Amino acid sequence: MQLAAYIPAGVVFLLSLGFVGLLMCAAIFLGPKKLTAEKLTSFECGSEPIGSPRARFSVKFYQVAILFLIFDVESAFMYPWVVNFRELSYTPAGAVSWFGFTEMALFVGMLVVALTYVWRKKAIGWD
Amino acid sequence: MLMIFLLGALKWLGLIMVFVMPVASLLTWAERRQSAMMQDRLGPNRANIGSVRIWGILHFVADAVKMLFKEDFVPAKAHKTLFRLAPVLAFAPVLIAFAIIPFGPTIHVDHLFKVLDPYSAPSGGERLQIFTAEFGMLFYFAIASIANYGTTLAGWASYNKWALLGGLRASSQMMAYEVTMGLAVLGMFLVTGTLEPGAMVDWQGPNPLHWGITVQPLAFLLFFTAAIAETKRAPFDIPEGEPEVIGYFLEYSGLGFGTFFLAEFVEIVFVGALMTTVFFGGYHIPGLYQNGFYFGDWFFELPHVVVAVLQVHAFIFKVIFFCWFQLLIRWTLPRFRPDQLIHLGWKKILPMSLANVMITAAVLLWLGL
Repeated sequence: MQLAAYIPAGVVFLLSLGFVGLLMCAAIFLGPKKLTAEKLTSFECGSEPIGSPRARFSVKFYQVAILFLIFDVESAFMYPWVVNFRELSYTPAGAVSWFGFTEMALFVGMLVVALTYVWRKKAIGWD
Repeated sequence: MLMIFLLGALKWLGLIMVFVMPVASLLTWAERRQSAMMQDRLGPNRANIGSVRIWGILHFVADAVKMLFKEDFVPAKAHKTLFRLAPVLAFAPVLIAFAIIPFGPTIHVDHLFKVLDPYSAPSGGERLQIFTAEFGMLFYFAIASIANYGTTLAGWASYNKWALLGGLRASSQMMAYEVTMGLAVLGMFLVTGTLEPGAMVDWQGPNPLHWGITVQPLAFLLFFTAAIAETKRAPFDIPEGEPEVIGYFLEYSGLGFGTFFLAEFVEIVFVGALMTTVFFGGYHIPGLYQNGFYFGDWFFELPHVVVAVLQVHAFIFKVIFFCWFQLLIRWTLPRFRPDQLIHLGWKKILPMSLANVMITAAVLLWLGL
């Protein structure tokens, strides 16, 4: 693909960011500015904030986030296969071959084994 | 070079400013009005200009003006830069993702008033799609995942515990559904053999029996579910639920809040456009080919310009239908619990999408491709 084909993507980036940036600037300059110390505190329905929001706490679904990384990479591998499925499914002589299907079946089989493992280990859920 | 630049800008302005933004703004009103109708109330119907009061449609103008002139401030302890950056990161990606959506047929300027040849289109012409690339849908997945940063950063930068927790819920939800979203559509990519939305629309054509919904109904169901989960709306509004769940944009005021709010409605329009493109034949109308209508033996010839206008309107109609459908879902279903959400994404949709891909591949081979 020629580099010129990517110009529209650049245009869209510029215009979209410009438009949203404009909105944010309008927000800063159009409204009134009457700041008070009370107004600038954290909003907690009138009560005084206790403790800092930067404190450490247990994050739920942390394991799921790790699993996401693994499965996302694996799903990314399936994209080229999907697009090239027709080329993979013909022998040089032109007959239909199950080569591409078998290869992916092996891969998905491993994926299913991995999923079953984390499922049985109860890694998916409220830990 | 300059021509490509200007054409891109023109198409963006046409799609976003003339269609997406007005529809998204109207949806802010339509959502309240539709929920009111479904709950036997009246809803917002009062906004008017003089005696003009079209069922209160003007509420979206009133809301926009009010939001523009509200005080917009950064809380003292918030991280100033990230606090301002977060709404941009939440909103801009959706607008960018619209680049891959084909919203009309290829326009041949010098053939506007002629009837096109049914079997071969004239060379050249300008496709009504801003960015055509072989990796089209991957571009969307990549761009859409940037929106995660917007919500998570908004929660963290606010220096507020509730906002932080809301941001974390948003990130865990989007992570749970990104994998399933990518895998759910694979079946459709397999059938069409392409990732490019324009090519997928061409493949589907004007015959509804050849549309994604007919050839890949399960993929549609799974993808639509995952897409709604990505927009963070009911029944998946765990990160932020208007009446009772405090979310990541708690500390935002004025247009900062407005940007998050509007981003959600633009996402609804985008999901509508995506479903239309991938599963409902894009801009095609059943029976309308590039030279006119065919219904069995009956044929009605139409010039190129009329066909193009009809097809753009078909796209708009389908997108608005899906917006309405998403509002309907929102006001019909109750909210999921976080563990139910993870359960649905990982233990139901994920295995089903994998099975769908492999069965689709086997059927394709069995039919001889």
